[in-house]
Amino acid sequence: MFARWPVIRQLRGQDGRGQAARSARTDALRPRVEEADSVARSVCPYCAVGCGQLVYVKDGKVSQIEGDPDSPISRGRLCPKGSASKQLVTHAGRQTTVLYRRPYGMEWEPLDLGTAMEMIADRVMRTRRDTWQQEHEGKVVRRTMGIAGLGGATLDNEENYLMKKLYTALGAIQVENQARI
Amino acid sequence: MRADCIVIQGSNMAECHPVGFQWVVEARARGAKVFHVDPRYTRTSALSDRYLNIRAGSDIVLLGALINHVLSNELDFREYVLAYTNAPMIVSEAYRDTEDLDGLFSGFDPETRAYDPSTWRYEGVAEEPAAGLRAEQLEAGQAHALAAGPDQYGAGGAAAHPHPTTDPTLRHPRCVYQVLKRHFARYTPEMVEELCGLSRADFAELADAIIANSGRERTTAWVYSVGWTQHTVGVQYIRTASILQLLLGNIGRPGGGIMALRGHASIQGSTDIPTLFNILPGYLPMPYSHADENLDAYLTRAGGDTGFWGRKRAYMVSLLKAWWGDAATEENGFRFDNLPLLTGDHGHYRTVMGMIEGTVKGYFVVGENPAVGSSGGRAQRFGLANLDWLVVRDLTQVETATFWKDGPELETGEMRTEDIGTEVFFLPAASHVEKEGTFTNTQRLLQWREKALDPPGDCRSDLWFYYHLGKLLKERASSDDRDRPLRELTWDYPEEGEHRDPSASAVLREIGGVGPDGRALSAYTELRPDGSTRCGCWIYCGVYADEVNQAARRRPGREQNLEALEWGWAWPANRRILYNRASADPAGRPWSERKAYLRWDEERGEWAGPDVPDFEKGKHPSYLPPDGAAAEDALSGTDPFIMQTDGKGWLFAPAGLADGPLPAHYEPLESPVRNSLYGTQSNPALRTYPRPESPYNPERSPRFPYVLTTYRLTEHHTAGGMSRPLAYLAELQPELFCEMSPALAAELGLENGDWATIVTSRTAIEARVLVTERVRPLRIQGRIVHQIGLPYHWGWGSGGLVTGDIVNDLLPIAVDPNVYIQESKATTCDVLPGRRPRGAELLRLVEEYRHG
Ligand code: SF4
Repeated sequence: MFARWPVIRQLRGQDGRGQAARSARTDALRPRVEEADSVARSVCPYCAVGCGQLVYVKDGKVSQIEGDPDSPISRGRLCPKGSASKQLVTHAGRQTTVLYRRPYGMEWEPLDLGTAMEMIADRVMRTRRDTWQQEHEGKVVRRTMGIAGLGGATLDNEENYLMKKLYTALGAIQVENQARI
Repeated sequence: MRADCIVIQGSNMAECHPVGFQWVVEARARGAKVFHVDPRYTRTSALSDRYLNIRAGSDIVLLGALINHVLSNELDFREYVLAYTNAPMIVSEAYRDTEDLDGLFSGFDPETRAYDPSTWRYEGVAEEPAAGLRAEQLEAGQAHALAAGPDQYGAGGAAAHPHPTTDPTLRHPRCVYQVLKRHFARYTPEMVEELCGLSRADFAELADAIIANSGRERTTAWVYSVGWTQHTVGVQYIRTASILQLLLGNIGRPGGGIMALRGHASIQGSTDIPTLFNILPGYLPMPYSHADENLDAYLTRAGGDTGFWGRKRAYMVSLLKAWWGDAATEENGFRFDNLPLLTGDHGHYRTVMGMIEGTVKGYFVVGENPAVGSSGGRAQRFGLANLDWLVVRDLTQVETATFWKDGPELETGEMRTEDIGTEVFFLPAASHVEKEGTFTNTQRLLQWREKALDPPGDCRSDLWFYYHLGKLLKERASSDDRDRPLRELTWDYPEEGEHRDPSASAVLREIGGVGPDGRALSAYTELRPDGSTRCGCWIYCGVYADEVNQAARRRPGREQNLEALEWGWAWPANRRILYNRASADPAGRPWSERKAYLRWDEERGEWAGPDVPDFEKGKHPSYLPPDGAAAEDALSGTDPFIMQTDGKGWLFAPAGLADGPLPAHYEPLESPVRNSLYGTQSNPALRTYPRPESPYNPERSPRFPYVLTTYRLTEHHTAGGMSRPLAYLAELQPELFCEMSPALAAELGLENGDWATIVTSRTAIEARVLVTERVRPLRIQGRIVHQIGLPYHWGWGSGGLVTGDIVNDLLPIAVDPNVYIQESKATTCDVLPGRRPRGAELLRLVEEYRHG
């Protein structure tokens, strides 16, 4: 029994990465991916290489994210960021409720999502009305200089599209993105 | 992959694009020679054949000297240059070069610090009847210079006359080839040694390698990243590389090209479908407030009418139809008058100044963290503190959302929470696995992500947010004319699931375009100027061809050739190598069998090869345009650069740039070195935003003797919001550090692991010292110049497991005049031993430095 302890076998010179690393416990281990309920084909959200990811879900939670061997770009590989992206999705520091800070307020307050949406819509319409410029230096401009937006470059194309479309219809021109930066 | 030589310059590919770097490693294993040119020795250098240590901010000197070497020894790929570039064009007599004006080009107005580019044209062009005023000709170039120039011309670049006078012998003193030769003559190996700190032997090795690996049989690729773009002369860095690669015949060919490694998952997509102020989807310019701005006038100003850009009316009208649907008709100019108009710079940094000044009242920040991630962080935070309302959407409570309760200005006493009137909404976002949609990677490849599960709690996608906000705003729209664009906006996406998410595939389908029969279009050539087609982004037209989400295609790479045309979808038209017509000679034969890619198949009457031809499939190499031809018909069978008005690669840019038709080396705004090439020290057209919150270091100031450069680490992501809260990543890179050479450390009395304070006129921060040979002192103009390096991923919040001072707070807000990207790769600083002072003491220290 004792002689089958992996550490003893390794000390006796067997390769610690191969057979000698096995034990009854490791033999019983199954990869998390085998037990997943579903798997989604995704793409790493960090840099622009665009490595393929396989996202495994079990019991309504992400159980593993791995490189997609089918991807002709990454061939199954992920760098430290891509490999850690399960934590990006599951870490405890993620904020999952709406927070509100009133003007001059000292602390966050909770707020219902629907209420927040209505309040934001009211503010957009008010600011737009108050800062509307029909003309500037005698020429038509049809815009507001009171509303601006800045987006990150991890936004999906579809998201950027709706943003630009809506901002433009509002006459908000100060729309920018990490891509400038 | 197919390159024979790869030069990585202004990029640390191995650490910042690690999985992409596997292809460089593989190319090298197959015999390619790899050079790394960078201010820091990194893992990229370790895996290269040669590392060349360069001073940050001096790359144009090196690239210019390579061009000079090619030209003065006539080492260019002459057949390629003659057929595919504008080398033989004759430049106007009115043009004056930096050689004549000590570092300025003709047309500079010292008062506005902007160029009037009208003298940079080809000869004979002014005598042509004008097809209408181009944007750059209006107001003596002012409109051009102010509205972030080149993007104004959309994807096609500025208009140049398609058939100017030429001299195929390249002897005419004013032909582009000779103009170039004269312009770059002073970029010598001696100058490289003096300004870059690179030895003549190193220069010769690089020059010999790229020459030996270019031409018919071989190709060299250049790879860059933000080490090139983040300069006040950043666009011209890339221009210099383009000139060199065109001269060597390395554009449009397998293993050639200039590869931009972009930093974020969909930063390319964010440019193509821009959330950027100066462009509309597909690089169509945002309209500018001219007296008579309407659709026709706009299209006249938006660039030339030849080449594929000549179809810009179809692209624009299809966009207007996608946005305003049936309300957009021929009679009302397709509701062009629903668009707001620009009057100049409305970029990120200008907008921040607007916040401080009080004109900007409301701000949406979506997956971005400017309080930590943008240059001059103090100005950012002063801006945020002066807003009426702020909406932040992110995964964690990023610093931009919490500056009012824990920002650094509270500690210095400059702000008090109870005095900050900004109303803040924090809305939690869905992660990349909790929504579906496409990213566009750095190779222009769109890849669809499937949704793995629903987001938790109140978390929603940004698509959900903007869709539902849009619905609420439309409900609030009045009958007032001002609200017409909102009322008429098409906004009817199918809703899915419990949270009523708008269908991302329906949005992608709108982006990809539909025809008169309502069926998805398959290529941008199907777009029509008569309002019968709708398309949200013409370069993405075809992404939903055959009613199939082409970006979701996943045929495994191992079952395909290297192009992998059935994995995702690359714009435009699923082409993988742009301008690939240039991979064949003018007659349509491969330049060599070794570098064969596209070839003209006479029998079948079409272009054939492993890729989708970036050329009309059936256009014969001998095709000559008839008189008066428009759009692509105006380009011949030997014009590979189909988006250019003349189909040629531009060595000399007769229009389109805000700071000169040719690149010239200028020092960074803040530099310890005198520009020994010209009397003009820094880019004369660069833009600054002087404010007390973000002042500048004086040039060549002894108070700020060291060169400072910033960079990223493998384990972190930009401002850190997506990496500092992750235990694995935080543990791997827990702390901000400052890399310096043993020589500088000795001079400052610092040892590895000590604290140091880094000071600029913006602020001072502290970091642990990493003493390493990876950073080496350089001999510049006969004296030693030290460089230091700082990774910029830390901040105080974002749910981070590790914290640290904000490196971007040190940086100046000075931008390139073409694209308004800030200079964050080369500035000056001082370094003091020990930790930085706290509270008001910090302000006192910085004050002392400012007034020295
Ligand atoms: S795994 Fe690494 S290299 Fe690949 S996309 Fe993600 S961050 Fe980039």
